Parts: sequence; C-alpha cells; structure tokens
Amino acid sequence: MGLAKRIIPCLDVDNGRVVKGVRFVEIRDAGDPVEIARRYDEQGADEITFLDITASSDNRDTMVHVVEAIAGQVFIPLTVGGGIRQVEDVRRMLNAGADKVAINTAAIHNPDLIKETADHFGAQCIVIAIDAKCVDDQAGRWQLFTHGGRKETGIDAIEWAVKMAEYGAGEVLLTSMDRDGTRDGFDLALTQQVCDAVPIPVIASGGVGNLDHLVDGILQGHADAVLAASIFHFGEFTVGQAKEHMANAGIEVRL
Amino acid sequence: MTTVAVLDYGMGNLHSVCKALEHVSSKARVILTSDADALLKADKIVVPGQGAIAGCVQALSAQGLGQALMQCLENKPYLGICLGLQALYDSSEEGGGVDCLAVLPGRVRHFSGKMADAGEGVRLKIPHMGWNQVRQTREHPLWHDIPQDARFYFVHSYYADSADNKNVAGLTQYGIEFTSVAARDNIFAVQFHPEKSQRYGLQLLENFIHWNGEA
Repeated sequence: MGLAKRIIPCLDVDNGRVVKGVRFVEIRDAGDPVEIARRYDEQGADEITFLDITASSDNRDTMVHVVEAIAGQVFIPLTVGGGIRQVEDVRRMLNAGADKVAINTAAIHNPDLIKETADHFGAQCIVIAIDAKCVDDQAGRWQLFTHGGRKETGIDAIEWAVKMAEYGAGEVLLTSMDRDGTRDGFDLALTQQVCDAVPIPVIASGGVGNLDHLVDGILQGHADAVLAASIFHFGEFTVGQAKEHMANAGIEVRL
Repeated sequence: MTTVAVLDYGMGNLHSVCKALEHVSSKARVILTSDADALLKADKIVVPGQGAIAGCVQALSAQGLGQALMQCLENKPYLGICLGLQALYDSSEEGGGVDCLAVLPGRVRHFSGKMADAGEGVRLKIPHMGWNQVRQTREHPLWHDIPQDARFYFVHSYYADSADNKNVAGLTQYGIEFTSVAARDNIFAVQFHPEKSQRYGLQLLENFIHWNGEA
C-alpha cells in the first residue's frame, strides 16, 4: 500500500503530428496526438510524455495547440519536452495545460535555467532530461551527450543529475543513448546509480523491448517510473498488460 | 445555473482545473476570476495552486480578495486543491515559516530526509510524486462513487499535519501518514490533483458540483 510505480508512454511529435508510427486498432488517423493520448489514457497510462522533435522553430507554436487540445480531454499528468530554451517557453507550455516541462540541452548551456524556472513555477513542474552514454564500461562512467548522442559534453551524468536536483529540478528523465531504440532493455547500471544518487524521482528511459524490461527498471534500476515508446506504439502490448505484468512481479501499480 | 468560481491569483496552471470542471459539469458555469465581487456572487469556490506557499497566502489575503475569500469560507462550498488545502492551516514550514489563513488548526510540514530514510531501508523521493491511495476516514458527499483506497495523483514536498482529527476526511501513507483530505462543514480540501487523477478525480469534481455544502 502506497505510492505506485508509474508507466509513461512517450510520443514524438513533429509539427503537430505523432511520428514513429503509432498503430492502434480502431484508430482511423494514427498520427493524431489527441486521439493517441486518449487511447493511452483509457489503457491506464499514469502520465504521458510528449517530445517535440520539430526542427523548425517557426512550427513550435503548433505544439502549444497540441498540448491545449490534449489537456482539454485527457485528465492525467502531461509532460512536454523538446525545444524548451527559456523561462518563456516553460510558461507557454504550462499555460497550455502541461503539468511538467522537460529541459535538456538548454540546461547544459545554462544550468541556472533550472534554478530560474524551478523558483518561478515550482520544482514539481521542472524535469531535467538527461541523455547519457557510457564512456567507460569497466569503471561504469557515463557522460552527457547532445544532438541525439553525437556531441560529447564531457559532463559526468551522475554528477549532473545530483547538481540539477540541487538546482531545483523536481524529477529526472534519464535516457540511455546506448540503449535508446535497441529494445535490449534499460541500462540498469546507469539507472541504478542515478536513482540512488538523487533525492528526487527518476524516470528510466531508453531500450524497452519487452515487459520484463519494465520490471527490471524498477526492481534492479530502482526507478520510480518507466517510460517506453515502441512497445506501446505498435500495439504489441497495452499499458494495461504492462501494469498487470509489473503487478505480478510484486510491483505496486495503479490498476 | 450554478456558477463555480476558480480563483486565479496569478500562480500555476489553472487551465487544467477549469477544463476538468467543464468536462464534468455541462450545467455549471465555470469562471476563472481574481475579482472579489465575482467570488461573492459565485455559488461555489475552487482554490487551486502550485508553487510557493508564501506567494499563495499573500495573494489570498490581499485586501479585498482576502476578505471576500474569508466570507466565502464561512458558508459556500469550497474546494481547495494542493496549496488550496495547505493555505487553510495555521502555518507552513516552507521558506523558513509562513503564517497561513488559520481556518483549520494544524501545521504544514516538509517531508524530512530523516523520515524519508525510515521506510524499510528504501529512500523515499521528494517531491512525493505520483499515484497514491487515499483512505477515507469518514463518509462525505464528495466520496460518492469513489472506492476506499482509490488512487489520486499527488505532487508535493509539504504535507498537512492536522491538529484536529475531526477535520480529516482522508489519509495517505508516504513514510508517515498525512492528511491528504481535510473537511469541515462547507470546506473540502485535497492535497492531490483531482483534475489530473483520471476517473476518480473527475468523479470527485462532479460530486463537488452537486454538493450543497453540507457534510
């Protein structure tokens, strides 16, 4: 009895449309973020995360309208990330109906952005998104990478997570760039080290290919929440099935 | 037609609260307002709120608005959400100590690190974020069609430590047991976010719309 571990489906949105091919039976238009969010909500998702991957900043307003439309119909927490660079971007997303905003690269360039936004809007709505890659297998060291994992920053991922929590972030969205898209499971060593190092909740991301991976992320990685994209998108598993699987493994979930 | 005034005092995201109320109440008029007269004219009051308690209490006790709010708290059905619950107590530990509205006896405390380390060797993360259970400690019209131990969405680092059990309508475990729902007469206040708590959250809002303010 107590706080449930969360399952969070993640959607990539490009210019107002969901990409990476979400497939649901009975959905006529599989690219509509509102319809997809509603479906995940019905399945029992605990939250939904949207990553805006729109390349052109001219089209960023589109995301605001998407968030507004979803927030009017889906009554669970919504997190928005991608392209958040300044206090004003956070304000716009929160006003549109987002509950949390994930900040990634902008915090690397300007760590004070986390302080400013957390002071202003409250720590509970500021998520530090960390994209980490293993740089030393033996010693177990991970560093931050930007530009989809191509650009090295030299910043240690665990130290960064601790620092960002001190700066006021309310949650960590931790993605293993080594595992992202592989379907080989989370980087459990990375997940566990970050989860044990920070006093704030951590969402594990990157690499989920089956339901056991979700269980591992919680039990071995010590994550507070698990995020997955492709296993849900292609209709392989519903969120409900994932929760049932986790419950059978002894994990407390909201059923 | 019932008018529900959602108090806008310049803090946090109110869009979701309004949308959720509109979703469950096609017959009620939901207005977002910071105007004292509009509060006094409304049938029901909702006070949401996230962020820092000092700014919240300051806005809620500002001249004009503060008097109107205190008057509403006397007899109108009132739903407090998150800071809208915490602000009702005597004081809060947040930010070195803040005097609150003192409508309910008790103090708002921080989930301390010590307490966080106590639970079976597992460190509890702060903020308390996610879906937790609410044990209904007494019957109330706002619990209509909501099962015992239903889960609601929480996100907070401070909790209400009620000094009078009579004012408690729900309890939640997170390292310690805290007052997640306070109720007295026409006042009902929740630490969680009903507007983000899916079906049971919407049910609670619908119950509030139909509530005559009698416990």
